[in-house]
Amino acid sequence: MDWGAIVQNALRAAFGLEAAYFALAAIGLNVHFGYTGLLNFGQAGFLAVGAYGMGIAVTYFGWSLWVGIGVSILAAVVFALLLGLPTLRLRADYLAIVTIASAEIVRLVFRSARFQPVTGGSAGLQNFAGEFYRINPYDTGVYRLEAVYAGGVGPFDVVRVLLALALLWIVVDRLLPGRLPGSRRPRVAPSAADADESVASREVIGLREIVLLAVAAVILVVGLSPVAFNERRMWILTVGWGLVALTSLLVFLLMRSPWGRVLKSIREDEDAARSLGKNVVSYKMQSLVFGGVIGALGGLVFVIGNQSIQPDNFGTPITFFAYAALILGGTARVFGPVVGSMIFWALLSFAENALQQGREAGYISNDFLTSTQIGQLRFMLVGVGLMLLMVFRPQGIFGNRREIDLSVRR
Amino acid sequence: MSVADRPAAASAVEALGGVDRRPGVPKPDPILTVDGVHRRFGGLTAVNVDHLEVQRGSITALIGPNGAGKTTFFNLLTGFDKPDSGIWTFDGEDMAGMPAHKVARTGMVRTFQLTKSLARLSVMENMKLGATGQRGEGFGRALLPPLWLGQERANEARALELLTRFKLDTKRDDFAGTLSGGQRKLLEMARALMVQPRLVMLDEPMAGVNPALTQSLLGHVKGLREEGMTVVFVEHDMDVVYDISDWVVVMAEGRIIAEGPPAAIGANQEVIDAYLGAHHDAPLTFEEEERQLAEDHARARAEGEGRT
Ligand SMILES: Nc1ncnc2c1ncn2[C@@H]1O[C@H](COP(=O)(O)OP(=O)(O)O)[C@@H](O)[C@H]1O
Ligand SMILES: [Mg+2]
Repeated sequence: MDWGAIVQNALRAAFGLEAAYFALAAIGLNVHFGYTGLLNFGQAGFLAVGAYGMGIAVTYFGWSLWVGIGVSILAAVVFALLLGLPTLRLRADYLAIVTIASAEIVRLVFRSARFQPVTGGSAGLQNFAGEFYRINPYDTGVYRLEAVYAGGVGPFDVVRVLLALALLWIVVDRLLPGRLPGSRRPRVAPSAADADESVASREVIGLREIVLLAVAAVILVVGLSPVAFNERRMWILTVGWGLVALTSLLVFLLMRSPWGRVLKSIREDEDAARSLGKNVVSYKMQSLVFGGVIGALGGLVFVIGNQSIQPDNFGTPITFFAYAALILGGTARVFGPVVGSMIFWALLSFAENALQQGREAGYISNDFLTSTQIGQLRFMLVGVGLMLLMVFRPQGIFGNRREIDLSVRR
Repeated sequence: MSVADRPAAASAVEALGGVDRRPGVPKPDPILTVDGVHRRFGGLTAVNVDHLEVQRGSITALIGPNGAGKTTFFNLLTGFDKPDSGIWTFDGEDMAGMPAHKVARTGMVRTFQLTKSLARLSVMENMKLGATGQRGEGFGRALLPPLWLGQERANEARALELLTRFKLDTKRDDFAGTLSGGQRKLLEMARALMVQPRLVMLDEPMAGVNPALTQSLLGHVKGLREEGMTVVFVEHDMDVVYDISDWVVVMAEGRIIAEGPPAAIGANQEVIDAYLGAHHDAPLTFEEEERQLAEDHARARAEGEGRT
């Protein structure tokens, strides 16, 4: 078995198109679910609306792609309003039901034969991304992540230095808690109820540090040179991860502002927020719109990267994979959905490639596992992994265990 | 010596001194006036209040057996529930149909029978949430900290002052979910004060609070009156009611059946009947409870003898 190739493919998946657009979908869900407590089960619908808004504007109306992107964002806002207006005044479960159904309705409408001239029916839409690739700054060629700018000190070296500094920061912060500026986190009073509390707070290096260390070590030592993309993929990935960085920054700024505080208070107890003069319905709507637009951006990155819109790519599983990525990374954490999405896709790729190679090498018999079954089995394996994670680390990689313990009503 | 020079307790007592002791009686200077508020749940009439006035600057206790409709009445007045009919004014402003968040902003703030601490926010964040008119609570402005950081600092200073008064300042960075039940009650009250209300409505503020904390809670409630706030609170413990209230309103089966100063209310026959009719689960006083038990025993003995 070629373990090198397996790791290489997993790394490639961690930085690939799927990871990028799922990161956006999961960042949107994090705003909804992680920070506001809104159960949006229709994130796939926001991705679809984002994709088709642009696709229809360009292919049917013949507008510019850039206008089309504006249409996508507008469509996501309208979709959020349609979902929110009848449900946000009601109990939380109504939003869950309405969103999961609406996302399916949206998909079925887009794929229906009746609207085929506009939406392309089950065949979907193509030939809309030309304008995007026309301004591609990357020349034709194969790009290895390490050598984007060959010769001299390139931006990737800066990334390496930043990574090393971040690691140093984490280790120092752990060894000398509270000594670094800005590292004060809510303390938890030791209580007799959870005796292992003192053990937990003495833990210096946790799973989160181990994951970061491993990823950073790989990047620092071997670089990402085996991971290569062509110029088109490089361009959409640059934009996609750029959007991930931008939306993460927005989430970071918003969630430490009084606006974010109101969202979190709604997650904790919306009646309490109401009794303190907060217009809860309005904030829930803002959250739904904001997270929905981020989801629509994910849909745009996806279809512009693939240069094709397929209605069946926007099924309900998309929503649940995005939830899986979010929970894996840690809810209500800025980088939770991003890291979660990268690990989710890396794990899927790893499981698939390992199984495939194991089969080819004869470790797994053909009678036991056909190559088509591998595609399904990899999800099962990742699912089992997620279950184990929930048992041993319910807060995800970045989450705070104490917060999770508090969320169980006492 | 004018009324304003004296402690608020004395002036409240004096203002209510000449007021009749009957349900729905007008007060000299009402801050809250309720008219014909009805709320039915199916066939059950939970609240049916013909008329009620609450004297400004006083501490009014709302008592009544379990299920009397006290919490529902609070919910109606604060916009958390809608009445089938009825109007009420707060400081002359018509409040009927106003949504809960606007009621709070108008200056009428309530707490809950089941404490609502925001478990995964720190105590300080809980407090700062209560401040009204925050510039950083708008989506756009939230992204520009210079617009709101000054206000945030001011709110933090005010919150710390309140936390110190409520002896929670050492907990400022703890998650609210780690506080004890009594501390959460204190936090909820302190948080309500961040709204800078004129009327505070406390639903069973002492329930589940240990005796040591009860004393300090009582002190805080009296303190609110000294600061010119009006307090309406629901309470079962009659010792507490006697201790801090200027006026007592008694509810039973949704109606207001009696009103009067605390000393007079225990002797009111209607009140005694209401409590005795209510499964003896909320005794008026220790003596009352003893008397009820003695009566029960006597009745049981009489019945036992009758059968033999
Ligand atoms: N949402 C509701 N639906 C149906 N009945 C209710 C509801 N809320 C309260 N009730 C009923 O209304 C009556 C008054 O309840 P409540 O206001 O909680 O009384 P109190 O606070 O005085 O103990 C009770 O009989 C209660 O069962
Ligand atoms: Mg009650």
